[in-house]
Order: sequence, then C-alpha cells, then structure tokens
Amino acid sequence: MLALAFFAAVATLVPLGVGSDLALLARIAGGVLWVAAVLASLLALDRLFQADFEDGSLDAIALSPLSLETIALAKIAAHWLTTGLPLTALSPLLALLFGLPAKATAALFVSLLIGTPSVSAVGAVGASLTLSIRRGGLILPLIVLPLVSPAVIFGAGAVLGALDGLGNGALALLAAFSFAACVLSPFASAAALRLNLGS
Amino acid sequence: MIRYANPARFMDLSGAILPWLAAAAAALLAAGLYLGLFVAPGDYQQGDTVRIMFVHVPAAWTAMMAYALMAAASLVGLVWRHPLADVAAKTAAPLGALFTALGLVTGSLWGRPMWGAWWVWDGRLTSFLLLLFLYLGYIALWNAFEEETRAARAAAILALVGAVNLPVIEFSVQWWTTLHQGESIVRKGGPLISAVFLWPLFAMALGYTLLFFSLWMLRMRTEILDRRARSLMLAGET
Repeated sequence: MLALAFFAAVATLVPLGVGSDLALLARIAGGVLWVAAVLASLLALDRLFQADFEDGSLDAIALSPLSLETIALAKIAAHWLTTGLPLTALSPLLALLFGLPAKATAALFVSLLIGTPSVSAVGAVGASLTLSIRRGGLILPLIVLPLVSPAVIFGAGAVLGALDGLGNGALALLAAFSFAACVLSPFASAAALRLNLGS
Repeated sequence: MIRYANPARFMDLSGAILPWLAAAAAALLAAGLYLGLFVAPGDYQQGDTVRIMFVHVPAAWTAMMAYALMAAASLVGLVWRHPLADVAAKTAAPLGALFTALGLVTGSLWGRPMWGAWWVWDGRLTSFLLLLFLYLGYIALWNAFEEETRAARAAAILALVGAVNLPVIEFSVQWWTTLHQGESIVRKGGPLISAVFLWPLFAMALGYTLLFFSLWMLRMRTEILDRRARSLMLAGET
C-alpha cells in the first residue's frame, strides 16, 4: 500500500517539476513511471528478510527441509505480488494523467508486468547481502539500482517504441532479462543469506 | 599458484618484485608521455586534443581489467576461501574505481572541445558511469561489515553478480543509444590510427597496466601488514 502511494506521489511530482505540457509528459511518461516503479519497489525491499532475521524465524526457516534457494524464490514472488503487481495495476491510471495514448499505455502495462519481477529478484539479492548490516537500507539502493538499469532501459524503450509506432523488440529483451534475473537471483540470494546466518 | 598464495611467501615475493614493477611502470609512462606529447603530431581534425587519448583510453582499459581481476579474485576467495584472494579483491576495488573515474574525467575533458559538451548520454559513457556505481556499491558493502571474512564473502557475491550483469548492462545501454538516434553517436576516432599514435598508446596502455599492478601489490602488502598489526594488538590486549 505504501509503495503504491509512493509511486503515485512521485508520478505527481514530475509534472510539477517539468510543467504541464501534455505532449512532453506523454513523451517522458514511460521513463518516469518506470523509474518511479523501481524506486517504489526498493521501499519495501530492506524489510524483505529483515523482520524474519531479527526475530530469529529466518534461522528456523533455514532449518526447514526446503532449500534456501526455494525460500528466496518464494520471497521474491511475495515481494512482487505485494509491490510489482499492484504498481502494474495502477500504472494505466497514472498513464492517463500523463496523456499517454492507449497503445503506449498497453506497452507500459505489459512492460511493467514482465519487468517488475526482475526488480524484485535483483532486489532480493541486495536485501540478503545487506541483511546483517546496521543501516543496510542506505547501501541497498546503491547496490541494486545499477544492476536493474537494463530493466528500466528496455521497459521505457518499449513505451517509446509504442509511442513512435515502431516495434523495437524491447519487450522480448525485457522478458529475457527478467527471466534470467528470476532464475539466477535465488542462488545468489541464498548464498548471501547463508553467510549472514553465519553457517 | 596456490604455493604463492601463502601470505608470508607473497610478502617475500612481492617485496622483491614491486620495485622493478614500479620502475618499469614509471619508465613506460614517461616514454609514452614523451612520444604522445612531443613526437606524435596533432591530429588533422582534432588538433592537440587527440593527445588526451593517450591518458584516456588506457585508463578505461585498466578500469575494465580491474573489474575482471576483482571478480576473478572474488571467485577464488568464495570457492577456496583463501584470505589472500579476499585481500586481492578488496584492494582492487578502490583502484578500479579510481581508474574508472579517471577515464570519465579525461573523457569529459576530451568531449568538451570535440562534442561541445562535458557530458553526452552516449553508450560507452553511460555504461562507464554505471561501472563506477558498481565499484562504489562494492566498496560500501565491504566497509559496512565489521567482520572481515563475512565482508569478503558478501562483497564477493556482489562482485560476481555484477560480473554476470555487466555484459547485459553494456548491451542494454548500447541498444538504448541506438534507439535515441542522432547527435550523440560516437564517431570512432578516425578509420585508421597511424603508427605514430599507436606506439605511444601501446606504451601508455602497458604503463597503466603495470602501474595498476604496482599499486595493487602495494595495497595488498599494506592490507596484510595492517591485518598483522591488528592481530598483534589484539594479542597484546588479552
């Protein structure tokens, strides 16, 4: 819920900053909404494993027959279901405020739908790396933001492509990046969890 | 290789090699600078600004090499748990960040007269800026841990994730610049570089590489001595 409100608030601030020219706003809508979505996803990330780590339930989870990789994947899915998916659902409404044409709005919706899982996945690696650090929430964005730059590039690129009526293959590339991130991240995340649990 | 990975043996060996390595780096850099600044003529289009190439291109090469070495050392440290590999990875990061920053600054100085802007959102510039952020994140993560071995393993995981992701970032940024057609596409610096430019460039590239290895070795020695001093202090307290 908080992430959604943050997403909407950032998107509202942008026209206040760049002016109310709808043609300009439609042009930058894809990039702005993608950046806002990534930032909103980061908000909840540092709590992804933190609460479980602090009250010791992460140790109990680690002892369960499920592998830590599976746990990490489940956490990634949970994070996406509570941030990425609602953000995607809200995005057409915000696109409307930016004067984005229907076709580009569809591209934005689809790109967020297939792209935000990669943000959750890469973010989970950052969250598990910074787990035992005090004030790890400050380092987390520095680690995660450069790593998710391809998602922003392809996501916003897909919207621009739809706006200009060009098929530029951005959605396919975004899907590939997202898929690879979701497959590989649980392993890196589990390795980081193990070291923070001190085993 | 493992035989030389013993810290005591590394200290002996690096102590013997370091002066020669540093001297070779200094000689090559001096020769490269002389060739580049006095022997090579100004370019017919770029004039004297072409000489920035001799300090810029090798810095960029060294910065990328530093990341590869850091990732390799991280892998060794993660798999074989060897403390010397951790030291190697840790000490390579600030050097890599420095060479990346150097590449960005010299590139910016070249871009001002050539492109008329200090910064353009060109593919190579942007991916180098992201590389700098990766280095900074790595250094910040290492410093945030209090325990050395834990810091080493966390940073190693990050370095490897970054190493997997770097080609993707590189590709996506290149793709992004071709999407935004127009003004900022870099024209390659002339179709053919003549030998009079190539020799100083080679000398500088080798000089930068040796300089990196000298500084790296020096930092590794300092780090090992620092750890010894700390453990001696701890032993003295108890």
